[in-house]
Amino acid sequence: MREKTWVDGLLDYFLDSSTAVKILASIIAIIGGLLVGLVIMLVLDPSRAFAGFSTILFGLFRNGTQSIGNMLYYAVPIILTGLSVAFAFRTGLFNIGATGQLTFGAFFAVYVGINWTFLGSFHWVVALLAGGLAGAFWGMIPGMLKAFRNVNEVVASIMLNYVAMYFSTLMVKTLIYNRSVARAFGPAESALIPKGFFDTLTNGSSLNYGLFVAFLVTAILHIILSKTTFGFQLKSVGFNRDASRYAGMNEKRNIILAMTIAGFVSGLAGAIMFLVPGRFLTIESNLLQEGFTGIAVSLLGLSSPIGVLIAGIFYGSLEIGGFYLQVTTNFVPELIEIIIAAIIYISALALFFQNAIYKTLKKRKDARLAEVPHE
Amino acid sequence: MSELFDTLNFLIPLIIASMVPLSLVALGGLFSERSGVINIALEGIMVMGGFVGIVLMRVLVDSGLPLQVISLIGLLTGAIVGVGYAALHAFASVTMKSNQIISATALNLFAPALSVFIARIFFGTSNINLGGNYTINEVPLLSSIPIIGPWFFESAYLSTYLGIVIFIVAITFLYKTKLGLRIRACGENPQAADSLGVNVYKIRYLGVLISGALAGMGGVIFVLSFATRFQGTVAGFGFLALAVMIFGQWKPRGILMAALFFATVRVIANAYTAIPGLRDLSIPSEIYSMLPYIITLVVLAFASKNSRAPKAAGEPYDAGKR
Repeated sequence: MREKTWVDGLLDYFLDSSTAVKILASIIAIIGGLLVGLVIMLVLDPSRAFAGFSTILFGLFRNGTQSIGNMLYYAVPIILTGLSVAFAFRTGLFNIGATGQLTFGAFFAVYVGINWTFLGSFHWVVALLAGGLAGAFWGMIPGMLKAFRNVNEVVASIMLNYVAMYFSTLMVKTLIYNRSVARAFGPAESALIPKGFFDTLTNGSSLNYGLFVAFLVTAILHIILSKTTFGFQLKSVGFNRDASRYAGMNEKRNIILAMTIAGFVSGLAGAIMFLVPGRFLTIESNLLQEGFTGIAVSLLGLSSPIGVLIAGIFYGSLEIGGFYLQVTTNFVPELIEIIIAAIIYISALALFFQNAIYKTLKKRKDARLAEVPHE
Repeated sequence: MSELFDTLNFLIPLIIASMVPLSLVALGGLFSERSGVINIALEGIMVMGGFVGIVLMRVLVDSGLPLQVISLIGLLTGAIVGVGYAALHAFASVTMKSNQIISATALNLFAPALSVFIARIFFGTSNINLGGNYTINEVPLLSSIPIIGPWFFESAYLSTYLGIVIFIVAITFLYKTKLGLRIRACGENPQAADSLGVNVYKIRYLGVLISGALAGMGGVIFVLSFATRFQGTVAGFGFLALAVMIFGQWKPRGILMAALFFATVRVIANAYTAIPGLRDLSIPSEIYSMLPYIITLVVLAFASKNSRAPKAAGEPYDAGKR
């Protein structure tokens, strides 16, 4: 009998663990997305393509702790929208409405941030929660439509995205419009999310307490999904609606709650994006991209809260790379969006990759077993 | 009375200019969904087709070709690019049996990013100017017909007439030919279609690719009709077309009615200050703009129990499950 080597051990490990295969598929999606970016750079400007590519990968290490801080700053809203998409996905719902919930939440957060200055040092907390609650309301609508009227949540969310966008534009124009620069006023100083010790720790990066919100939400959603009966019910509705109903679970209530919680998390993302200095609500008719980037992060993170956290931080590093890309080469940061889109596309093919990986590994194992000489 | 005619003469060409691309792109969505593939990538396909079409037209303007010939080339280019881009969606959803929403979302994100990226590298800006005015001021003879002459044959676009022809041809194809019947069958009951020897995969490819052609051409029409330059977006027009398709209950006649209605609302949103009566109401344009989406939601909420959506749309076909 041939002795088992570490290669056999590794093969067995991957063949036994579907999670390991899925993680491998996520890594393939990331590599594939980056390669698409590289190829596009090579086609358009070969002389600077590799310089640009290494900037995207290693831009993070350019400016010491400040870059680390900014990476996390970029990551926070995406982690939250990613969690929002992932949480709904575990209940079998596709939350393409994260961008609408985020926009709706952002408006209320900024509105409270501008007007409710009497709140003193609690101001930013209340503004943040206002964003979350508004997002929760906006997420509840497709949840209720799905539960009571059997309306496809994807279609309903797409419609609601545009309603939220026009609503926000209208409200900005009527209530908080800064006419001279044709955009909303910024929130009051007391409503800005504090930077606290991050300011000195990360050498003046933009990172703020939003990071703790992201950690907290990740932890809570992880506990809900893996440790509570409620989470078990949500997942079970996601696996099989009919079976869950048969088992006595209230699938309607679970669908509504899942979408409401997802909306709340997206609303928090919107609040955190706009309760900062230098970013303002606009009156342009464009959906905010962060909601869609959340889909990428959710897919890469295998819809598990901790996976989303890691994937979100990876996104932050890409974003930093994109920032330096513009500074050092003539490539523009849209390249990051191209890479993200490619990652989503390749993730869509994930099932295929998972099967392919599984088959390759199996073949490899069979081949090794066949090597064993017959006694 | 003459004020009414002035208003109509002003509004009706605008409504037609919106209605034609809306119904074409919605028809694109129809082809895809009737074959069994949900296509929320219409927006991205429009951007891709619009981008390449407009860039080519911009280049051709200097060649001295007549403008209407150039616009014809641009429209065809948009359609071809749309087919190529939609092929990615077909590959993911039909061959790879992927989640159709995820694949389409990727295409929606990819198109604006790529077009802005390329435009900024080659033109130094994300705005590409059309470099010509493609409006047909008046069609000879026809524009002198009383009343309707000014409505249909003044300040019009070549794309409008072409779009109407394509719409008729496409519907005839879908409802009067064998292939059209097969497309519809694959969206309703692919197993039954397969059992009768129809290659479900090929038919679904066909549906998605036709959808790409219509949306890609729609993208070029959008830029030609509503903008003087391309800015890497079609401002949600693809999703509005999706709403048109749903509101039209996945039927051509419904699409036409919905497109007429939504086009009118869209024109009012942009031009209500020029319409006597509405000007005095002074309802903000955003209210008009969100109306189509809200109405579609209401329709969905009350009609979803007996929805006309193709039964198999969104499900990858698996011959093993027959």
